[in-house]
Amino acid sequence: MPPVIQCRDLRKTYDGKVEAVRGLNLEIQTGECFGLLGPNGAGKTTTIEILEGLLAPTSGEVSILGHAWSENAREMREWLGISLQETRLSEKLTVRETIELFASFYREPRSSEEVLEQLELTEKADSWVGKLSGGQRQRLAVATALVCNPKILFLDEPTTGLDPQSRRQLWDIIRAFQRDGGTVLLTTHYMDEAERLCDRLAIVDHGQIIAEGTPADLIERLGGHHVVEFSVSGNSDGAALQAWRGLPSVESVREDDGMVALNVKQPHLTIPALLDAIDKQGSRLQHLTTRQASLEDVFVRLTGRHLREQ
Amino acid sequence: MSVAQETPIKAAEPRHVRPPQRNGRWSGYRHLLMARMLELKREPEVVFWVFVFPLLLALGLGIAFRNKPADIVSVALVAGSGSQDVQTLLARSPQHDLFKIQTLNADEALKGFRLGKFDIVIQPNGNGGLEYQYDPARPESVLAKAEVNDALQTAAGRKDLVDTKAVTSSEPGSRYIDFLIPGLLGMNLMNSGMWGIGFALVDMRQRKLLKRFVGTPMRRGDFLLAMMSSRLVLMVIEVGLLLLFGVFFFHIRVLGSVFSIALLGALGALTFGGVGLLTASRAQKIESVSGLINLVMMPMWIFSGVFFSYERFPSVIHPLIKALPLTALNDALRACILEGTPLLHQWSRLLVLAVWGGVSFVMAMKWFRWA
Repeated sequence: MPPVIQCRDLRKTYDGKVEAVRGLNLEIQTGECFGLLGPNGAGKTTTIEILEGLLAPTSGEVSILGHAWSENAREMREWLGISLQETRLSEKLTVRETIELFASFYREPRSSEEVLEQLELTEKADSWVGKLSGGQRQRLAVATALVCNPKILFLDEPTTGLDPQSRRQLWDIIRAFQRDGGTVLLTTHYMDEAERLCDRLAIVDHGQIIAEGTPADLIERLGGHHVVEFSVSGNSDGAALQAWRGLPSVESVREDDGMVALNVKQPHLTIPALLDAIDKQGSRLQHLTTRQASLEDVFVRLTGRHLREQ
Repeated sequence: MSVAQETPIKAAEPRHVRPPQRNGRWSGYRHLLMARMLELKREPEVVFWVFVFPLLLALGLGIAFRNKPADIVSVALVAGSGSQDVQTLLARSPQHDLFKIQTLNADEALKGFRLGKFDIVIQPNGNGGLEYQYDPARPESVLAKAEVNDALQTAAGRKDLVDTKAVTSSEPGSRYIDFLIPGLLGMNLMNSGMWGIGFALVDMRQRKLLKRFVGTPMRRGDFLLAMMSSRLVLMVIEVGLLLLFGVFFFHIRVLGSVFSIALLGALGALTFGGVGLLTASRAQKIESVSGLINLVMMPMWIFSGVFFSYERFPSVIHPLIKALPLTALNDALRACILEGTPLLHQWSRLLVLAVWGGVSFVMAMKWFRWA
């Protein structure tokens, strides 16, 4: 089966200077939930808007369900549900009027009542959009995307700025869409969102994909599934950092915010050796934690930066 | 709740069992127009600026510039020898109730004259003669001099050689309010066209709503058509309200047919809708489009004969003034409403409007920034 979304060597240069996307390749299969993960300004929004046919790429090829935007745009739009980053829908229309307006653009939309119910907006159906909370607005934005009964759902940072409960509610909606056979492409800069929601993801930085795979895959590639973080009194210069690298089962070392972080395969081997070493140095241990490695660690390992920086 | 339903993963479509709902060709247009009308109705500012404000303006200006029974001439008389005689003479003249006379010293009289409190200063020169001080640049001052002089000479015994009789006329059709109402109609069509289309579009662009619409199969032409149609619906109410107000409150006589007025209104609304569209074709922020709209409208407020006739400007620039769309609309509305001139005889004005509207629309379509 051909990929639902495919792009090859995608490039976008704004005003001939700013290179937002620099040679990006993607292949997304039917029924997948695919995530583009990266910091702000990495080129995620530019990429997704090119795929949605809202921006023309400077070069490269895009195909959606085997069609190109230059051939068949109006027909292709029947298949896509889109939620842009921060669309402000008209405040003086009601929720139902807004959904019905969007439904009217499609040949065979779903019934508005059904969508209202699915997104738990029935109670708010006759309220003005201006009176909705942030979570309700975001659900309405997704409702305007789902009302067309899409084959593909594009979501650009769907949960940014939402409270934890609203985020979970949206995740459920996205999973339900996927369970029903839909394909999802979303962008996010939340690690936990990517880990829980996405079957596969691509880490994007400076307009390029720097790693791609399932969340578990990416963490696996880090070398160790565990992270040991600690700090000691006294010196922790570069030479000292290299000394920790030699401890048993340690895959890599980095310094992060005054703490030393070790990627470790088997913490039960590393930790006793670590305590011994500190003792021999005559330093004192000030802090020690161990945790599961996350995508955040993958990102820091790959770029040397945290995802939420910049 | 369907979220909780357990459906097999990657089920084959159709995913939602529902009665098939098929939308026709014009479903998008209908909903866009309805949404636009609902939004306008729910915006109290729109109701005020489009409907109430022009009525208030007509009311205020109509009262301020109503035709008074007779203009009172305000006279300053410098106290001194001879001033008593002047007063007696004026009181004896046939026009005596036309004058409001104040006797005061020379300094105060001149100060009052400078401030526009008096139209004329009369200064007796002490040996029977009088000196008029007036301002030839102020019409009411010129009038005052003629009236005062006439009254004094008649009262003093001057005999007129030609027998004359004055008949007054202030028939509907020639008053200031008759001039004003068609001008306000035109200005109102310009204002609401420019703001209702130009501002609204940039607002939608700034909110990224245009981009979101473009992400659907919505026909872009339908969207613009819906915006224009909403202007036409509003135009009927705007024009009707102000015209009825003029008829009932100021007894304006409408000579043109309702049909021709409606046609002119529609053409005006579409022309300025087109100009509004062009103004809004590139702007990204409502601040920048507000400036642009005012820049476009400013010359027409001044030159196009809304509040006063453009005949006051040097005749060299009249061809330029007449090429402005608002001038064409105002002239056409005045000729139609006040004189009943058929539209066929006004083809050149209609052509000016159509060219402005058409060219703006085509250019706007070329440059319009959707996303």
